[in-house]
Amino acid sequence: MAYPKNYRYSKEHEWIKVEGGVATIGITDYAQHELGDVVFVELPKLGTKIEAGKSFGTVESVKAVSEIYAPAAGEVIESNGELQNTPEKINTDPHSAAWLIKVRLTNAAELSGLMDAAAYEAYIAAKGQEASA
Amino acid sequence: MESPATPHKSALRKTPLNALHRRVGAKMVNFDGWEMPVEYPSSGGLIAEHKAVRSGVGVFDVSHMGDIRIHSGARPGGALAAVQHISMNDASKLAIGQAHYSAMLYPEGTFVDDVIVHRLGEDDYLLVINAGTREKDIQWVRENTRNFDCVVEDLSDAYTQLAIQGPRGIDVMKKLTDAHLEGLKNYWFTHGTVCGLKNTLIARTGYTGEDGFEIYVPSDAATSEKVWNQVMEAGREFAVVPCGLGCRNTLRLESKMALYGHEISDKINVWEAGLDRYCNMEKGEFVGRTALEKAKAAGLRRTLVGIEMMDRGIARDKYCCCDEAGKAIGVVTSGSPSPTLGKNIALAYVPPAYSAVGTVLRVEIRGQKCKAQVVPTPFYKRAKKAAVQQVS
Repeated sequence: MAYPKNYRYSKEHEWIKVEGGVATIGITDYAQHELGDVVFVELPKLGTKIEAGKSFGTVESVKAVSEIYAPAAGEVIESNGELQNTPEKINTDPHSAAWLIKVRLTNAAELSGLMDAAAYEAYIAAKGQEASA
Repeated sequence: MESPATPHKSALRKTPLNALHRRVGAKMVNFDGWEMPVEYPSSGGLIAEHKAVRSGVGVFDVSHMGDIRIHSGARPGGALAAVQHISMNDASKLAIGQAHYSAMLYPEGTFVDDVIVHRLGEDDYLLVINAGTREKDIQWVRENTRNFDCVVEDLSDAYTQLAIQGPRGIDVMKKLTDAHLEGLKNYWFTHGTVCGLKNTLIARTGYTGEDGFEIYVPSDAATSEKVWNQVMEAGREFAVVPCGLGCRNTLRLESKMALYGHEISDKINVWEAGLDRYCNMEKGEFVGRTALEKAKAAGLRRTLVGIEMMDRGIARDKYCCCDEAGKAIGVVTSGSPSPTLGKNIALAYVPPAYSAVGTVLRVEIRGQKCKAQVVPTPFYKRAKKAAVQQVS
């Protein structure tokens, strides 16, 4: 699966897309693949303030619970309610339909610390090599 | 996101099929010091593997399991006496070719490990033990059989063990062996030529709650891969898939089979674990018996129950169990979504007062006390085979 060029990526495998002052956040295709079959998602309530690098929710596969970390700080203005009934969408469409939350960013400058698509692809390729070494 | 399946490097142990698993793209994890496949994306992942075993057939590499053979010394009878001393079930009841579930206990009546005891011959037994407890088990068996006239052999590295599990497992096996399997009952075994390998042990056993077989073949990589590939090839018409430890866990949990370190451990005794029917107090002395007698007289402080989540949320291992008022009363030992039932299920230790079916409990999930109730176990039981019609 291709990594959209207009997204930014975190080392913890979240993506963030900014349009105007609003950012959409999700987990990457690499992340969903590592997790396996996603069966449960827990997302923050509207108005929750999330902090960069801090956990704002969880995604669970059959096997494990994973925290999701905020790539940037902001206030939650929408969460993807559809995922409550169809969490498996995270496996099939992680970069688009299975977005997790929309956030009004506190400090857009934080995004400069994140990776672009090319850097993220290199990052996960290196992880793959580590694994098979 | 953290990566639960991040492969670990360093000195992990590998089965003879490790390279093959990697070649087919299995997701590998550290399981008790072993690098094992947790799921195969090529099979469609954990849930697809789970369903294949319930409705068709799946194949597991379980070569990480250990094998201890105990056979006669100078005089016959020494091996049986030793097995009787170190395990809680009554091995004298086993016929040659029969196996049973049992456990080795500490003097406190708690678990060294659970085992499958196979009676190979007149005074000849094979104990199949867990991977994570292999060294501890073999040392414990050697120490506790020292005064018996028997020979103890660690054959753990001699075998590649494959589990062919699911209702179509027999159809796959019949294509690969000359052994007569139709008449082989659950927990019995036989020897036959499998994939050209003479005298291969074929047992109708498994850890999935489904019909199935476990075969033990020589552990060199070439033979192991040849057998694996022939099993997959024979299973193709039945849509066989390779299966990892992920679905092995969900399958055994649905069937309420204990996992060492979870439902059983050196802190939990036989009565608490509810394994009474595999413990024979009438057979005579065995390690742990005295403590179990006392524990029985003292009464249970906690007991293993099956629970089902009523609120949204998945109970996981080590999560706290509370009563309805929110007071902590116990702990979850294994918890997961159940692919067969479509519910979130768990096993937990709670005081007997909370063990009745229908009792409402709370499981603390990330600070929230989520509603659950005690349900009958096993959560899943395979349908009894319809009586075979007599063809006249």
